[in-house]
Amino acid sequence: MKRHLISAADLTRDDALLILDTADELARMADRPIKKLPTLRGRTVVNLFYEDSTRTRISFEAAAKRLSADVINFSVKGSSVAKGESLKDTAQTLEAMGADAVVIRHGASGTPHRLASWVRGSVINAGDGAHEHPTQALLDAFTIRRRFGRGGGATAAAGRRREVGSGVPGAGDGALDGLRVTIVGDVLHSRVARSNVLLLHTLGADVTLVAPPTLLPIAVDTWPCTVGYDLNAALPKSDVVMMLRVQQERMNAAYFPSVREYSRRYGLDVARMGQLPEHAIVMHPGPMNRGVEIAAEVADSPRSTIVEQVANGVSVRMAVLYLLLGGAGAEK
Amino acid sequence: MSGSGGNWVIKGARLLGGDPADILIRGGMVEAIGPGLGEPGAQVLDANGLIALPGLVDLHTHLREPGREDAETVETGTRAAALGGFTAVHAMANTDPVADTAGVVEQIWRLGRQAGHCDVQPIGAVTAGLGGTRLAELGAMADSAARVRVFSDDGRCVSDAVLMRRALEYVKAFDGVIAQHAQEPRLTEGAQMNEGEASGRLGLTGWPAVAEEAVIARDCLLAAHVGSSLHVCHVSTAGSVEIIRWAKGKGWQVTAEVTPHHLLLTDDLAASYDPVYKVNPPLRTRADVAALRQGLADGTIDCVATDHAPHPLEDKETEWNTAAFGMTGLETALRVVHEAMVETGLLDWAGVADRMSARPAAIGRLVGHGGPLAASTPANLTLYDPRPREAVDPRAHASRSRNTPFAGMVLPGKVVATFLRGSPTVLDGKLA
Repeated sequence: MKRHLISAADLTRDDALLILDTADELARMADRPIKKLPTLRGRTVVNLFYEDSTRTRISFEAAAKRLSADVINFSVKGSSVAKGESLKDTAQTLEAMGADAVVIRHGASGTPHRLASWVRGSVINAGDGAHEHPTQALLDAFTIRRRFGRGGGATAAAGRRREVGSGVPGAGDGALDGLRVTIVGDVLHSRVARSNVLLLHTLGADVTLVAPPTLLPIAVDTWPCTVGYDLNAALPKSDVVMMLRVQQERMNAAYFPSVREYSRRYGLDVARMGQLPEHAIVMHPGPMNRGVEIAAEVADSPRSTIVEQVANGVSVRMAVLYLLLGGAGAEK
Repeated sequence: MSGSGGNWVIKGARLLGGDPADILIRGGMVEAIGPGLGEPGAQVLDANGLIALPGLVDLHTHLREPGREDAETVETGTRAAALGGFTAVHAMANTDPVADTAGVVEQIWRLGRQAGHCDVQPIGAVTAGLGGTRLAELGAMADSAARVRVFSDDGRCVSDAVLMRRALEYVKAFDGVIAQHAQEPRLTEGAQMNEGEASGRLGLTGWPAVAEEAVIARDCLLAAHVGSSLHVCHVSTAGSVEIIRWAKGKGWQVTAEVTPHHLLLTDDLAASYDPVYKVNPPLRTRADVAALRQGLADGTIDCVATDHAPHPLEDKETEWNTAAFGMTGLETALRVVHEAMVETGLLDWAGVADRMSARPAAIGRLVGHGGPLAASTPANLTLYDPRPREAVDPRAHASRSRNTPFAGMVLPGKVVATFLRGSPTVLDGKLA
């Protein structure tokens, strides 16, 4: 595995499966009375958040603490420029503090790349602009795997086990071969969509993007997925449907005529949920706009994995920290 | 510096890459070209194996003075120009204060004369303060000591169609030309890089080709309608080349330039998120590069212009989104053109002289530059050694800034000497 986790494209199939299997093992710990492992004792993990994201920051913080790492939260409201300190100065500060890993969330695409060229520790991308959010994709893959009984620790996995034809390659190794995942919404601005397309493809899933044409990148046809504009057509052929958040600023920028029209054409309501196969699950990376891209009844239905996704996030991030820092630590 | 370079005999230079000949320079003029020339007391320069070109002319240079002397000054920028083989540069108007009055353009013109490394021809702003709402005093700049003929709001597009029409019309009175930075502003809000496969993958806001092409098409039609001269700055897309080819086919007074970086580099370099590759217009695709090279070779694109855009380190050592747009180019331009156009067989050295000296001098209405290399012309010339191949080392550059995208890239050639009206500004590859 590479030293940094910046893009889901950094992960081979084996890397991704190793992270998911490790997360499975670590998840079992969450059921124990004492949730803490001593693995990263004495290592320092810095959470460097340039955007508000309580959910992701807390998830990383919990993950690092359960591995006994020292955690420093470095929250910078607004941009570094607004604060008057450049990213490079911040990087040098982190170096001076001896950060072993820097978890960075930033509004500008590519910032983790830049940071990685200035610090010695591992850089973990916790979401950069409209680029990527690889740990979100990993926790989504983890959640899908558990729900479909594909996990390494399959006995513990909830949900319905899906029959897989013997001709499907790699079906036995805990990957997602042949699963049909439909991602719906603002792909153009979504780091979650980019990371998921890459990772789910690596793991063998068949990904379909559904969005109004205004919210798809120009060259989306070069991505390893299929693309459509019609949600109704895609739903009956979906094992997983993942709804993306509609950002407030898109609602006012003429990407679509009105929120109501968006909701009618691309929102997942109860009627549309009925078009899904019986075993299909509904995902959302959060935070949700209930009543816009997802109806409240859908979000709260048994098909919804939204709460599990949050819980699984901690296990997956523990696995990432453990694999990026743990192994190397013994040799240092 | 004055014309006190004395007399020179340049021995055995290959004129425009052709047969060797001697060049006798006296009193700032080329006195004779031919075999076996000599002159008692003249300094002799052995130019065996070197190519003699007319001094290069850049139509598009940002010298940053006044206002951003931390990035470049007229002194450092013209040193860089001389080292790149240039004897004249056109200084873009987006300084601070903006070059939109006779006073400011004369100041820049005077700074250039004092520096003496090459001639500095100021470009005037089209609109007051580059504001895009009312015309600057174009006539006053034209009549000033700086005799401005090229007007541009470069960095910003004159997007208002009526204002562009009036500007084109107005400059007919003094044989001026409007040099347009073609960028439809609404289509490029927040744009960071070429819109295409790479921008989608990298999550950077796209700068679509149509935003350039739509403005070029409109401006060609406007120039034809009012019978004036349009120059298109830094053409970057295959579609733009087609539109300009069409406009020229109609016989309209349209000229165009391409930068060295758009002839060699592509948008996939943004994958590093290193803002040294961030430029406006952005680096485009391989297909665009091929069309630009073809357009320059067949004359659709008249000339190469550097768009030398120096920036201090702190404006580039940042996140991509916050970094400044622009690349330096004066000291690498001829080498890049050598690599992109000569090594590929698309241009010979006579063609390079045309696209980097004669044509830009003609478009800029610049007297005394642009060749030809002939007796009784001002001795503005460049001696270029095409043989070496070396990595570009920004630390060796005279520009105050280091934002070259060619750092570390192995490129052919080396500028050995530059003469400005008979005086060497560069000798043996160093400032004279």
